[in-house]
Amino acid sequence: MSGISRRRFLAASLAGCAATTLAAPKKALASGIFTGYPESMGVLVDLTRCIGCRSCEAACNAEQNLPDPLLPFDDKSVFDQTFHGGTQKRRTDENAYTVVNRYNPEGGEPVYVKKQCNHCAEPACLSSCFVNAYTKTPEGAVIFNKKVCVGCRTCMVACPFSIPAYSYSSAFDPLIKKCIFCHETRLKNGKPPACVDICPQEALTFGKRKDLLKIGNQRIQTHQGRYLDHIYGENELGGTSWMYLSPVPFEQVGFDPNPGNEPIISHVKDFLSTVPMVLAIWPALFVGFQLLAKKQAGHGDHDHDSEKQHDEEGAEQ
Amino acid sequence: MKQLLNHGIEPVDSHVNRKTDKAWSLKDKLFLGLTPGQYLGQALRNPFNWILGLILAVGLPLIAYRYLNGLGAVTHSSNDYPWGLFLGFGLFVMVPLSASGFMLGTSVEIFGRHDFAPIERLALLNGLLGYFFAVVYLLADLGQPWRLPYPMFVSFGPAAVLFLVAWHVATYLSVQVAEVSVAFFEWIGWLGGKRFIRRIAVGLTVAGIILSTLHQGALGALFNYAPGKVHPLWYSAPFQWIHFFVSAIPAGLCMVIAVSTIIMKTMAWRCDKNYLDNLDRCTLGLAKGASMALITYLAIKFIGVAHDNEWGYLATGWGAWFLLEIAVGVVLPIVLFAYAVRHQVVKVARWGAFITVFGIALNRLNTAIISFNWQLYQEIPHVFEVIITVTIFAIYIIVYRFLLYRLPILYSWKSQTEESYAAETVPQSSSSARNTPSPAGAMYRKFD
Repeated sequence: MSGISRRRFLAASLAGCAATTLAAPKKALASGIFTGYPESMGVLVDLTRCIGCRSCEAACNAEQNLPDPLLPFDDKSVFDQTFHGGTQKRRTDENAYTVVNRYNPEGGEPVYVKKQCNHCAEPACLSSCFVNAYTKTPEGAVIFNKKVCVGCRTCMVACPFSIPAYSYSSAFDPLIKKCIFCHETRLKNGKPPACVDICPQEALTFGKRKDLLKIGNQRIQTHQGRYLDHIYGENELGGTSWMYLSPVPFEQVGFDPNPGNEPIISHVKDFLSTVPMVLAIWPALFVGFQLLAKKQAGHGDHDHDSEKQHDEEGAEQ
Repeated sequence: MKQLLNHGIEPVDSHVNRKTDKAWSLKDKLFLGLTPGQYLGQALRNPFNWILGLILAVGLPLIAYRYLNGLGAVTHSSNDYPWGLFLGFGLFVMVPLSASGFMLGTSVEIFGRHDFAPIERLALLNGLLGYFFAVVYLLADLGQPWRLPYPMFVSFGPAAVLFLVAWHVATYLSVQVAEVSVAFFEWIGWLGGKRFIRRIAVGLTVAGIILSTLHQGALGALFNYAPGKVHPLWYSAPFQWIHFFVSAIPAGLCMVIAVSTIIMKTMAWRCDKNYLDNLDRCTLGLAKGASMALITYLAIKFIGVAHDNEWGYLATGWGAWFLLEIAVGVVLPIVLFAYAVRHQVVKVARWGAFITVFGIALNRLNTAIISFNWQLYQEIPHVFEVIITVTIFAIYIIVYRFLLYRLPILYSWKSQTEESYAAETVPQSSSSARNTPSPAGAMYRKFD
């Protein structure tokens, strides 16, 4: 009996160890909070300067070879478009990596808000991707490797800004579509993205993220009363490369006012850190239970035990 | 089938036709010992087959249409609602309902509760098929299903929860194939394979517990990626995975009760005496286990509400919906199970099981679809999406029934070699059960 148990125990332990070895990198990769590359670039969006000309949208579509939209880029009627029973404004999709929406805050001038990927320091899309399709580059862009995307769309569930879109219309090559900070064509070479280049109002300021924070605070200081004393994206969700200055509270212009300062991955770490523990402890625990139950059965029910024994002997033959 | 049984036809349950003393061929086994004409006749007489046929007639072309025209053509999955019914139902509901395999495996193989052995194989098969069809649903949902093996072989994202789900579901699927293969080996008559699996049974079962704990939990942890999107009442940062894991336990147990009830009503001819005689007792045992798990689940659900101080939400419309889900899906079954166990009324336990299955399914749909994006708008699935979901479920039922009709899941295989072996060795053996390595078989003899 002991021989059998030992072998069984060893087999189970071996399986457990193999599983633990497999799982070990999870913990290693999951630990520690990444606050961003020091020389990361970024863009500061000044909502007080944007006039809603949508030239950034046009420049983006040209740069990224996206098709022209149904309504031309100078058609202002898109600001009146709403979707899903009037609850939603325009959002990014497979043919538009950036959109500008108009908000009418209480008793004030309309505010135009440009939306695109905010290029988080520790992106939710990246950490939720099970084929590692996303990369945060040292320049600050979050880019996407279309060659490995399986199309599970977890990144879309994970993105707190609801940015990644999917080309649902494609049957054979559907992919995640999102702003990549013009990484391949511009950012890599130190050039600002197309939308920043074209902006006639200098509403978009391109620079090193740490310098942009200084510029932002300077503007808040110099123009007292013009801005809310807050740079959205400095700390939100672990910090983003694209940051916003606003004249009104952010919830009035379509932002989540309290997304928290933790990156999304920190909500998942509790679970991820239990994984190696379960893998390491369960084998011994449950094989132990089995041995205990067997012993007990031997005490009270001899017939049963001998039956088991024979069973195993039978299996040997 | 009933008519044929009345005419004295016995379904295949051994290698040898007892009437002619000739070995059944594989074809005979596949046709349950009937002639093809008889088999077709009984299939056509069954009105349920016509319903299944109708579903397939509509659904199969739609599935083809989905692969030719993309997800956009058949679903309302959108950029805001990336996951629709295929995952909301197919993955998040099917997987907890398949926790039966590891629950019964653990009870029988680890805790030595061989009194549950008559129903163990059904629980294992239920687990295997549930997982298998969760993967089928996944294949319907993935944008590029042909890349399904990528997380295994091509590109690794080991820090992602879905990576863990993918690996664990794949590994667990193989574990379950091995566990169920015992029945298959008996059926084709390869005893070596069966003995080998019996030898590693404990290892397989422990692997099953580990993998189940982690991926049942991981399905919950997937929603930890969307703290702002899932309604706070269905979201709990520290406990989400425990909520999913714990609720999978009653879900799996109750699914076995539910399936065994349907079997009892529709294919009692395939069950042997051992199974039928033990069913009521096993059902009450499972109900007892399920009610303990449900009470635990109820407690930790409210601990979740208390931990994040979400009491205020209970007074809202979402709160009413949450309380309804808890009242119908958790509290009502607890009451029914308590009554059933106290007064030994199996029928009430069966009702409780069906309601629990419904309640857990509702919980998963609430988390994945209904309360998802609660601050945006409500997504209504596309009618084609519903039809495809129903079609895959119909295929699941067909495969399930196909296997139950044939493999020794509900009955014990009467093996001639073992019988003759037993005849030779019984005189020296202290126990007559010596020759039947499977616990189900052992129980059969013991209970006789």
